[in-house]
Amino acid sequence: MITPSLKKRFTDIVGEENYRDSSAEKLVYSYDATPNFQSMPDGVIVPRSTEEVSEIVKLCNEHGVPIVPRGSGTNLCAGTCPTEGGLVLLFTHMNSILEVDEENLTATVQPGVVTLDLIHEVEARGLFYPPDPSSMKISTIGGNINENSGGLRGLKYGVTRDYVLALEAVLPNGDIVRTGGKLAKDVAGYDLTRLFVGSEGTLCVITEATLKLVPIPETKQTMLALYQDIEAAAQTVSSIISNRIIPATLEFLDQPTLEVVEDFAKIGLPVDVKAVLLIEQDGPAEVVARDMKRMEEVCLENQAVSVQLAATDVEAEALRTARRSALSALARLKPTTILEDATVPRSEIAKMVKAINEIADRYELKICTFGHAGDGNLHPTVATDARDHEEMERVEAAFEEIFAHAIDLGGTITGEHGVGMMKAPYLEWKLGPEGIGAMKMIKRSFDPNNIMNPNKVFAKESRKRVVISR
Amino acid sequence: MTTTKERQQIKHEFQERMDQDELLNCMRCGFCLPSCPTYIESGFKESHSPRGRIALMKAVVDGVIEPDEDVERSLDLCLGCRACEPVCPSGVNYGHLLEEARDIINQNKKHSLPVRVLRKTVFEGFFPHPGRMRMLTSLLGIYQRSGLQKAAHASGVMKLFPDSMATMERVLPQVPRLKDMKNRPNALFSIGVARKKVAFFSGCLMDTMFLETNNATTKLLQLAGCDIVIPEQQTCCGALHGHSGEKASAKDLAKKNIAAFEDSDVDYIITNAGGCGAFLVDYDHLLKDEPEWKERAIRFKNKIKDISSILVELEFHKKKNLRTDAQRITYQDSCHLRNVQRTFMEPRLLLQSIEGAEYKEMKQADHCCGSAGIYNIVESEMSMKILDHKMENAEATHAVTIVTANPGCLLQMKLGIEREGLSHKMRAVHIVDFLLEAVEE
Repeated sequence: MITPSLKKRFTDIVGEENYRDSSAEKLVYSYDATPNFQSMPDGVIVPRSTEEVSEIVKLCNEHGVPIVPRGSGTNLCAGTCPTEGGLVLLFTHMNSILEVDEENLTATVQPGVVTLDLIHEVEARGLFYPPDPSSMKISTIGGNINENSGGLRGLKYGVTRDYVLALEAVLPNGDIVRTGGKLAKDVAGYDLTRLFVGSEGTLCVITEATLKLVPIPETKQTMLALYQDIEAAAQTVSSIISNRIIPATLEFLDQPTLEVVEDFAKIGLPVDVKAVLLIEQDGPAEVVARDMKRMEEVCLENQAVSVQLAATDVEAEALRTARRSALSALARLKPTTILEDATVPRSEIAKMVKAINEIADRYELKICTFGHAGDGNLHPTVATDARDHEEMERVEAAFEEIFAHAIDLGGTITGEHGVGMMKAPYLEWKLGPEGIGAMKMIKRSFDPNNIMNPNKVFAKESRKRVVISR
Repeated sequence: MTTTKERQQIKHEFQERMDQDELLNCMRCGFCLPSCPTYIESGFKESHSPRGRIALMKAVVDGVIEPDEDVERSLDLCLGCRACEPVCPSGVNYGHLLEEARDIINQNKKHSLPVRVLRKTVFEGFFPHPGRMRMLTSLLGIYQRSGLQKAAHASGVMKLFPDSMATMERVLPQVPRLKDMKNRPNALFSIGVARKKVAFFSGCLMDTMFLETNNATTKLLQLAGCDIVIPEQQTCCGALHGHSGEKASAKDLAKKNIAAFEDSDVDYIITNAGGCGAFLVDYDHLLKDEPEWKERAIRFKNKIKDISSILVELEFHKKKNLRTDAQRITYQDSCHLRNVQRTFMEPRLLLQSIEGAEYKEMKQADHCCGSAGIYNIVESEMSMKILDHKMENAEATHAVTIVTANPGCLLQMKLGIEREGLSHKMRAVHIVDFLLEAVEE
């Protein structure tokens, strides 16, 4: 609850125009991109500086008001859904690229900068910021850091975590801390930078970040490999890696996904095959040519029915854009799309694809699968209808089995979307009670009053682990 | 202000009439946000984004919030440019949701007396009546020709009007005389071998204030090899009504138009106003609850084609020598031509084939100019913000001619040029006028 006197103190900090609490304004920050999660905040606040964030956080800590930092609300784990009410903290005023340092190859940004804007800005200078979540045209760097977002280039270049060198953050007691630096080496104390990346707003509010940039690859080539056998496509992924090639992108799309994506993008994707792999390599021209040729051979050895090279950059970009639209395009099938983020070691990808299809059959569900197969990260997606309660129960049971299978194969419940509220009940399956206990100790020491994005990561109750009948 | 009783009724009708599947189809991915002009100009407020507006509509349906002033404000501030639709991977028909919501609110709200009179006059008194539209336009003509306009400018009386309206008054075209508006042909024949038979949708504003552009359009069609019929019984397309929550009137107009065109055995029905064309191709949706009209509406909509599209199909740009004075030109998309009719390559193709014209693509040419029907009058502040950004991008092209494909966009670009003080070095034209110039020179 935010009393009138407390509201007055918030507006004293940010100004009347930057505090909103009408029912319409609260409603539009009651959700993110996760289906079936909605909860009203008590207010929405838009600070203009780190100092203002610090004052807000102090006040919240004093009065036990939950804080939910929110970028563009595109996350898929209910990470920014204000399930305990409180304040949603926006960064629409803190959205500047502060510096691109061409000597140290770093960029320093405020959290509200849109990912694609940063990418364009650095690419204009011949530099490269690799993390490219599918939502990058609207997602923010602050959101990416909090969720430790991945993307299509994760296989070769890693994820957001691998590009965060330094952070400025406001702790729940209002302290402003700076971690890391423009440094290639830095072992001064605990690595708070890494702790904060992916902490989903549960430990601190990130107010500034210094990111690592790399030289932009000289060339890039893109191809599509077509399959009539899904498992053969998945097997190809493992074969490419075991052939000692690390492509920049290695994406998997099954037939139902291809159909909806083509329906939206209309770029002539093959819809008469069971699966495709979207493969890219970047680097010096001769290396790219050699790798592409070798990968083509591997595809054909693994029963690809054909391999098509993109003729132009425009064509290649159209393919990537189409791939990024996959999840939203799947919403064409049914009113509700629920996707998961199960990730397994790359060698196990074919087994995982097979298991997903068996589970879909057993529960009589339409599960479409796409994902970053090259890094073992799949997005099995159920097309369903939240109003059909009986089917929703089957969906939940099926996903529990998928999680369990992924863990049995040495994998994890989430590769890049985060735990949030959605996967919190399953976190213990991956970490065990001791692992959860260790994380809770960290949470409690930073945030004893539990004001930072409460209910996220840690569930009130863990799900009982399902027993898989084999 | 809405009363509690009005709100109850609005809520009830939201639950009855809003398409729940369509609302659920939005999976809130946010991919629409960067395409939304009001989201950007409002300083990235979710309440002024398509995702936010759909969430608000759904929340009213679900009974989570009341349809209060803020909800109404959010819907009012939407341009209806529908730029969110082509970028929506889920394929949400946002325009349909918006139109339904606006109709519900408008029909259940008691407007103040002056607003009621104004709405009745505009929506019922003028647009559906070609004769009255001609009279109104000719009054404007008398104002322009009699010296009254000069006197008004000299007296400073225009300063009493809001800035954008006063400027708009200056940029209105020199309108035709009453007798020219009255004596319209109802058939024209191809110059050379006839290759297609088309009907021409002349529109209400286009056939009065922009009569010259209509003449240029039929001339181009003749040159391209079209026999043309211009059914006399046709009327206003109803877009203004539909977008402003006057759905019943829009339906009446739609039926009149369908009836007016269905006896003419033509390949296409040609439009030269992106806004009208987009509304015409949506007639089947507009009449979806009237089964006896459904088939007729579908037959009608399947024939709708923009002038640029048929010219490309008939290879007009390849068969005619198009030439103009050496100049740099650019193109501002008509939102509805692009986002609803999905016609955007054709105008560019035509313009790029004109000798002497150096085509330069404008940054964000696909973003709305802020005209949006009567939006620039009723939401002047937001409209001018959008226009200022548009003019920055237009100036950056260093083009001397901005080509448009819809009367509203044309006036808005003229307004922008006037506001920026660029009228000595920049002009805005409708694509058909520019093309005809290029043929005749």
